[in-house]
Amino acid sequence: MGANGIRDVAIVSFAQSRYVARDDRHNEVEMIIPVVREAVERSGIPKEKIGFTISGSCDYLSGGPFTFVAGLDAVGAWPPIRESHVEMDAAFALYEAWVAIQVGDLDSALVYGFGKSSMGDLHRILTLQADPYYVAPLWPSAVHLAALQAQAYLAEAGADARALAEVAARSQRSARSNPNAVRSGDATAEELLTEPEIATPLRAADIAPITDGAAAVVIAAGDVARDVCERPAWIRGIDHRIDSQALGVRQLHTSRSARQAAANAGAGRDDFDVAELHAQFSHEELILRDALGLAPDVDVNPSGGPLAANPFMSAGLVRFGEVASRIHDGRADRGLAHAASGPALQQNLVAVVEGD
Amino acid sequence: MSEALVEHHVLEYPGGYTRSVGPVIGRFLTALRDGRLEGVRIADGRVLVPPTEYDPVTGAEVGEWVEVGPTGRVRSWTWVARPDPDLHPLGHPFAFALVQPEGADTAMLHVVDAGSPDAMAIGMLVGPRYRAERVGSVRDLEAWVPLADGEHVAVVPPLAVPEGGEAPTGPVGGIVSRVRLEYDINAGEAPSRFLHGLEQRRILGEHSRTSDEVYVPPRGSDAKTGLPTEIEVEVGPRGTVTTFCVVNIPGLSELAPEVPYVCAQVLLDGAHTPLFALLGECDAGDVRMGMRVEAVWADEVGPDQRSIRWFRPTGEPDADPSTFEAYL
Amino acid sequence: MGANRCAVVGVGQTKHAAERLDVSMPGLVREAALEALEDAGMDWGDIDAVVMGKAPDTFEGVVMPELFLADALGAAGKPLLRVHTAGSVGGSTAIVAAKLVEAGIHERVLTVAFEKQSESNATWGLTVEMPFQAPLVAGAGGYFAPLIRAYIHRSGAPDHIGMLVAVKDRLAALRNPKAHLHLPDIDLATVEESFMLWDPLRYLEACPSSDGAMAMVIGSEQVAEAAPNPPAWVHGMAMRSEPTMFAGRDQIDPRAGRDCAADVYAQAGISDPRRDLDVAETYVPFSWFEPMWLENLGFAGPGEGWKLTEQGATAPDGDIPWNPSGGVLSSNPIGASGMIRFGEAAQQVRGRCGDYQVDGVRRALGHAYGGGSQFFAMWVVGTDKPDGS
Repeated sequence: MGANGIRDVAIVSFAQSRYVARDDRHNEVEMIIPVVREAVERSGIPKEKIGFTISGSCDYLSGGPFTFVAGLDAVGAWPPIRESHVEMDAAFALYEAWVAIQVGDLDSALVYGFGKSSMGDLHRILTLQADPYYVAPLWPSAVHLAALQAQAYLAEAGADARALAEVAARSQRSARSNPNAVRSGDATAEELLTEPEIATPLRAADIAPITDGAAAVVIAAGDVARDVCERPAWIRGIDHRIDSQALGVRQLHTSRSARQAAANAGAGRDDFDVAELHAQFSHEELILRDALGLAPDVDVNPSGGPLAANPFMSAGLVRFGEVASRIHDGRADRGLAHAASGPALQQNLVAVVEGD
Repeated sequence: MSEALVEHHVLEYPGGYTRSVGPVIGRFLTALRDGRLEGVRIADGRVLVPPTEYDPVTGAEVGEWVEVGPTGRVRSWTWVARPDPDLHPLGHPFAFALVQPEGADTAMLHVVDAGSPDAMAIGMLVGPRYRAERVGSVRDLEAWVPLADGEHVAVVPPLAVPEGGEAPTGPVGGIVSRVRLEYDINAGEAPSRFLHGLEQRRILGEHSRTSDEVYVPPRGSDAKTGLPTEIEVEVGPRGTVTTFCVVNIPGLSELAPEVPYVCAQVLLDGAHTPLFALLGECDAGDVRMGMRVEAVWADEVGPDQRSIRWFRPTGEPDADPSTFEAYL
Repeated sequence: MGANRCAVVGVGQTKHAAERLDVSMPGLVREAALEALEDAGMDWGDIDAVVMGKAPDTFEGVVMPELFLADALGAAGKPLLRVHTAGSVGGSTAIVAAKLVEAGIHERVLTVAFEKQSESNATWGLTVEMPFQAPLVAGAGGYFAPLIRAYIHRSGAPDHIGMLVAVKDRLAALRNPKAHLHLPDIDLATVEESFMLWDPLRYLEACPSSDGAMAMVIGSEQVAEAAPNPPAWVHGMAMRSEPTMFAGRDQIDPRAGRDCAADVYAQAGISDPRRDLDVAETYVPFSWFEPMWLENLGFAGPGEGWKLTEQGATAPDGDIPWNPSGGVLSSNPIGASGMIRFGEAAQQVRGRCGDYQVDGVRRALGHAYGGGSQFFAMWVVGTDKPDGS
């Protein structure tokens, strides 16, 4: 039984693209097809038995309205299916699917996310998330907004860019064992510090790489999960919260909503084996470690995290998948999965995921 | 394997978004046009700049306005070494910063014109530099500039009136936001194969390995099953009008022909999904469901859907309803 | 039906208009939300979670506007979701909100849907030309008008049926002060003389473009029992989707619509919708969609929907009024329209429709659709708790 909710729900399968910086061959449908097929096949649940399908994506990535509709072609929605969509990272679609299973009239769900952020200028597109009256007219990019938080964090923590470079270097090293990574390497923090700043204090290595791709998970309730999965990754608690957006109103060196979501998800005990954090900038990992109360010895972003591959609109869901797959194969017993949305960690989703 | 097709795409609402601002945001912007900064005091005593229309704690409407500034303190900053002259308020390097005006309890996101990142520091004192041409926008404040202790704030220039125009006097009711985004969109493999086919004056549909239902134009999947469409089938160039409408609205796009024009769903021979297409070389009044048509190629063909100019009647007897009614 | 009962305990909406130049986006959504909160006897602090829905962000040029609207919606410190299912979004948003209560996760959920499409232009927003698509642009109606022609052919309906709907819904709107279009002089002749936009669809048979917002507070059983105003109990909710195009797709009587209706009727114990329901608020953006949906939703047999319209069965004084609020034909802030249908159905059940209240409503249907007639969301609400207890 979870911290909230009635039914035990587990992630029973996970699939993701071989991410690339730019996929100039496939359209969104073609990109999603193999990922959804793999997730469904691995789940052991026949496609027609899956009770609910939901996706997360952003029309603006594709440059037009209703582009999410095309994604449905990859799913095989015939006969008609129970299906929905959020204009948010697919991790929030997973949350909605979890809620749908809690109601009790269905036992499994397919959740997928996708995006080809290489087609446009992602950081400029995300400027449009900001207040349209007061902020967007000045055109600060997503990197500029993140940098303002990074500066505030370093000032408060009494740290400097070395702390960021250490996160970036560790991420690149971890990513070497991740076949889906776009960015990996051996660089040391010192070496990364010699690179030019993009926006004080952020360097290129501190900023998640532009990545095209898709990801999918299948979740299932109780006995269904036990039937199809040897070691289901149970979602023991899950919660999400949002802060005010205005950067000048918030305490930027911390993330109140991440802290709240973690507490509500039952992440208070600090005995996680692994934590996958949706940190799209180095400093976000540091802020989240603190806000989520992670012990220093937790294996954070063993996949390399978003700094290794950032398939925008799926990257949050990928965190869930990476934790789940480590539970499935026994590398971990208890993990924390985190997803975020909005500038400067405005909105945060946290889940505690465990194997039996 | 077809060469993957990529096309440049601009997403821009012509003229910009016209955003009405309401009375609270409007009052703030009106003050900016006057060269002043105002904030609102909320129930817990804090002064918020920029103002929200409501108390974020209690939800109540805000009522008490407070003049703030003119100076401010930098709470955070980042250097923009390569500004975009089309977008950013300044064409030379500058800092984005959170600036807390004197008397306010929050900071506003804005720009500091400091000359160099070495001149930036958290906590530094800054003063406003207003443009002469002010319209009621956050950009009326051109930038904040470093201020030495005791140094006076720059005088607000008199409001510059555009030539032949009048000084705006009433409260600011709205802003115009130009938003232009550019993309390089790639077609995808199945659509690329289809478009290269058009370049050869062939209409190529596709179906999956497990079904012989031919999709035209193919988008990459058999939508019923989610399987990729891997098998090419040439269809048409003749087909049947399943249904249609007569469009009388001029100017829907640069490419819309002169009105009236007929848009039809055309089920090409061999295809199982209809194409949405323009009909030509016929009077709107003569078009009917079941009419037989054929593709007319453009004089110049290329890998895009403009290669088919339109569909024209073939003169064959109308198709039997049983051949197309299931495809409506 | 799910683990917990839920009900609509507050409803609010803006005065819909071609342009709401008097408000900002936060102002627009708050106008609706405040009315819903007041109706529910609640304050912002009473709400546990917020679910927002709207159609494409290109209409307003703000990416994921729930983020900057978090404060305006009283959502700081709370869960906030944003749903986007094309035109059906207002309905699916309401369903997501209700599921949160059904699942026992929250007790009081605020749900809001809006569009401030006058900031750009609805026609532009709906038909942005994308690379590699057919260069033919016919506007939103240009997609649906051929389907209407096919319906007329298939059913043998006489030509004037669409115009009957156009008149009926606009006359109904005269009694709804929140409706955008108030056309007191509308009659069959005026509609017939109006510009033929996409033959067979005339200007006055098409929906307006509106700015507007809709909000509801959905509460648990406990909350509903204590609510100051009558609750509308949720008897059933369903969603179905089908792909945009495939061999043999019936776009006039889509199976997703039928399946969705069958699901919601089964939940609500409805075997004959015309008899078992007292009113329906359905998504009719173009006049002929009324007879088409009458068939798709099982109020009439195949090819018979137009007869119900012609007989006056769906008029406010008919045996199964459809869209007594004036419907989408009278107000269409695209992202909100689905929720307006769901909310107006609730208001009928709660007896709070004032001059457009239908007498004796016990159960009502709310219906929304989107995309190429491929996304459907529906709910049935009633005066009594489900299972009559």
